[in-house]
Amino acid sequence: MTHFAPMLAAITKPSIDWAGLSPIIALFGGSLVVLIAGLLRGRFIREQLVPFLALATFGAAIGLGVWQWNHATDLFVAKGSQGSMRLDDLTLMITFIVSVTGIAATLLSWRALAPREAAHGEYYAMMLWSAAGMVILAAAQNLVTLFLGLELLSIPLYVLCATEMRRERSLESGLKYLIIGSVGSATFLYGLALLYGASGNTDFQGIAQAVAGGAGNDVLLLTGIALAIVGLGFKASVAPFHQWTPDVYEGAPTPVTTFMAVATKAAAFGAALRLFDVALIDAHADWAPALATLATVTIVVGNVGALSQSSVKRLLAWSSVAQAGYLLAGVVVASATGVKATVFYLAVYLLMNVAAFAVVVARERETALGDDVRALAGIGATRPLLAWPMTLAMLSLAGIPATAGFIGKFQLIDAAADGGYTWLGIVIVIGSMISLAYYLRVVAVMWMRPAPSAEEVAGTGGAVAAPRLAGADPVAERGNWEVTLVAAVAGAAVLFFGVIPSPLLNLAADAGRAFGLL
Amino acid sequence: MSLPLSIPLWIPLAAAFVGLFLPGVATRAITILGSLATLAWAVWAIFDFQRGAGLQDVTDIMWIKELGIHYALGVDGLNLFLIVLAAFLFAVCTIWAATREWPRSGQFFFFLGLAESGVLGALMAQDLALFVIFFDLMLVPFFFLAGIWGPEATRIQAITKLFIYTLVGSLLMLVAAIATAVLVSTQTGNDLDFSFKALAAAGPLAKGSQEWIFLCFAAAFWVKMPAFPFHGWMPDGYRNMPLPVLAVFSAVLSKVAAYGFLRIVVPFYPDASAHFQDLMLILALGSILYGSAMAFTTTESRLVLGYSSVAQLGFITLGIFALNGDGAQGAILQAVNHGLVVAPAFVVVAYLAHRAGGSEDLRDMGGIAFRAPVLATLFLIVALANLAMPGSSNFVGEFLILLGVFHSKLVICAIAFVGVGMAAVYSLRLFIRAVHNRVGPEVASREISAREGLVLVPLVAAIVGLALYPQLVLHRGEPEITKSVRAAGQIADSTAQQAAAPATPTASSKP
Repeated sequence: MTHFAPMLAAITKPSIDWAGLSPIIALFGGSLVVLIAGLLRGRFIREQLVPFLALATFGAAIGLGVWQWNHATDLFVAKGSQGSMRLDDLTLMITFIVSVTGIAATLLSWRALAPREAAHGEYYAMMLWSAAGMVILAAAQNLVTLFLGLELLSIPLYVLCATEMRRERSLESGLKYLIIGSVGSATFLYGLALLYGASGNTDFQGIAQAVAGGAGNDVLLLTGIALAIVGLGFKASVAPFHQWTPDVYEGAPTPVTTFMAVATKAAAFGAALRLFDVALIDAHADWAPALATLATVTIVVGNVGALSQSSVKRLLAWSSVAQAGYLLAGVVVASATGVKATVFYLAVYLLMNVAAFAVVVARERETALGDDVRALAGIGATRPLLAWPMTLAMLSLAGIPATAGFIGKFQLIDAAADGGYTWLGIVIVIGSMISLAYYLRVVAVMWMRPAPSAEEVAGTGGAVAAPRLAGADPVAERGNWEVTLVAAVAGAAVLFFGVIPSPLLNLAADAGRAFGLL
Repeated sequence: MSLPLSIPLWIPLAAAFVGLFLPGVATRAITILGSLATLAWAVWAIFDFQRGAGLQDVTDIMWIKELGIHYALGVDGLNLFLIVLAAFLFAVCTIWAATREWPRSGQFFFFLGLAESGVLGALMAQDLALFVIFFDLMLVPFFFLAGIWGPEATRIQAITKLFIYTLVGSLLMLVAAIATAVLVSTQTGNDLDFSFKALAAAGPLAKGSQEWIFLCFAAAFWVKMPAFPFHGWMPDGYRNMPLPVLAVFSAVLSKVAAYGFLRIVVPFYPDASAHFQDLMLILALGSILYGSAMAFTTTESRLVLGYSSVAQLGFITLGIFALNGDGAQGAILQAVNHGLVVAPAFVVVAYLAHRAGGSEDLRDMGGIAFRAPVLATLFLIVALANLAMPGSSNFVGEFLILLGVFHSKLVICAIAFVGVGMAAVYSLRLFIRAVHNRVGPEVASREISAREGLVLVPLVAAIVGLALYPQLVLHRGEPEITKSVRAAGQIADSTAQQAAAPATPTASSKP
């Protein structure tokens, strides 16, 4: 009988740390509540209560995360395994970033067209689901969980992109994202399979043991690493796997773009950090040069691509490609400083992009110019509460001092120089130099060009840039104080953390220590 | 008992920020009060200053612990007079700007206040990262000042060009600064620490690292000065700034670059400074010759002053890279002189343009000297100071610079003398064509008004005052200025002795 014991042990229930799991449970539970509440009748419930519940859910996830801060635990530990997820400070930082983005996106969606057309309950529930997937992706320390998280975050996003279903571009965006995203997922899965084949293990710890001493010439392992890089590269829009980014960002409803741009990137980088800095740490010599090359390509492609854009959303999409390149520098060096710099930059990236996208949302509602850069003309004089956040966001993205973006770049360059990649630091600043050309253009339009003429601004229901399909209901009288609020708060935070970065740096430093790297 | 430096540093910005929310007249009043308060402190600081006592009025608190960045400020002989210069010129130019009408004036004065705090911060900073932050930050308000209030047609392109040009240098400097701190921390085994104190204590870096870091810093400062051949932004930038803004930009911001060489580059990278001495001197010569030649060919009065600044900053660079006490002292004195000369010159250009129907072209000016003798006389003082007439403080500055170069590089000194002659040509040409000769087509000769005099007279008085007593600057600054170039000077001397022939610079390509 004794020789059955291992078999029996293998099917015992894994021990679950419920407290550690609580942020994820909150997100899932909240999404179910939101979904059901959305089924109720009553305009007030659907249009006010449902978004409020979504906000409460994101808030709960943050609160539970604060509770679990500094209690690193493995979740779902089966006997003999490491546990499929790990809730450490890195996971929690990603949870915070995702949840804050979720709060911003919910506020931006509150009176937007997309949730009306997609039914409010479904819309917010999918956003919460996707957020839960992101947390799982960042927490995963097992190849299967990793893939599960990736799919869980992706599938709701494909749908969310297409929620403005009477607008052709939105549908196109959803379809494009679905197809390209699926290619990315498939590649990623293939890579994970090869990693499993090479190491005989799905746990990150097991892989780390198998890889110990370097990858050598193990073709299976190296191919697996390469394909995993490609798969995550798709999600994080790393060149040359970025082609979907501008189209999808432009086509998707802007609140969804906000969520997608910031949260997906945070989750993908969280996963990349864990995969490379824990599971594949001993193969550092093999993947670091490749990632550094990718970072260089990404920085150049993203910044050059952004130069000629006239749509702000496309511009931000290309800029997000470039930012992904900067972020990679923190992964390349595989050090605690690198993790810290990456996490800090992700948090800063959240603030900058939320501020910028909120202003785009506001101007989309106020003018008929959509997300064209002309919609921003002259708002320095007429709408300072929108102009200042956008200016701060642009200056921060460009890395001008006194903004959080500067401290973020400073950290990344510091991490690169510290890890022996000073040349990558120089590439980052060269990228920043190119980026000035387009960020400054946006700033110049806001402050230095006259406001567009009355006909262009007027007519929310009039000649909209992209034609709507039949049956679109012209939405009249949509106030947007909450959009201005989001922009102002994010803009103020960009300035605040540019001058007093220490609180955020401390959080990032805790996250940086999560892996026990030097 | 001394005032914390943060107060004079941030008062201009705080006042301007409050002004943002006040109605028109109150905005001006409070911004002027802010800059005057800082000026009052600066004047007091001259007399409170103790010669040779090292860094004074020190504020040093940890700002970002994780990155080792200190909020460290201090005054010593090196920056004292540049701070006074900045405070003085900003106060005068703010008053000047307040005598004109600006649309959205609240924002205008806010950016002006931000610029003043940024410049003062860069001059006071005693931490490498803090210096870089202020150095970049002080440029941002000028982007808006030129972009919003410049001439409609060309302003955005011109200012974007200026901004990118200068930030290219600044960002390279950022990498160099971070690399310095990282290398120092690996060298000493301590945590990252950007303060000048810690960097000085750690001693110089390895020669190889010094060299590329030197070039990155030099790129930032060359562009900012601007030095030939990095002056590409200058003509467009100068054409597109409102004159009160241009006056501070030209008079003060370029000096921060020169100051950066003396504060950071030469003391912290002495081997590289000695190594690249010849390259720097030749570039400085290029600036002098090119700037002078351009200054006496162009007819746009702004550009005459712009190119003359290129030439003057060439002299200042020459003095710094003589790598001896005389040259460096001359450089600081000349930096103060040039600021004091170029700002009133822009004021005069504005007044003359006003009388010439708005045109700033020299061909449209002229012939007002008889009807407006006071204005012409004030301008003559400025012009004579600009050409370094014996008796002026500029003469003392240039003399010291040339003396310094004479001791280290005879040939370069000989060529630089040509520049002194050329300065006379362009200064007098500007003066004669602007106020003498036949009366320009649209010129209405009027004497200087009281309101105009309020701006111009203090500036000219400062020139005269410094001409009578240049010792004020020289005596107080001497110990620290000499110290900043000592190490590099010794290295340069010893290499010159070792090699029978003077070492030829390997002007290696920039990394």
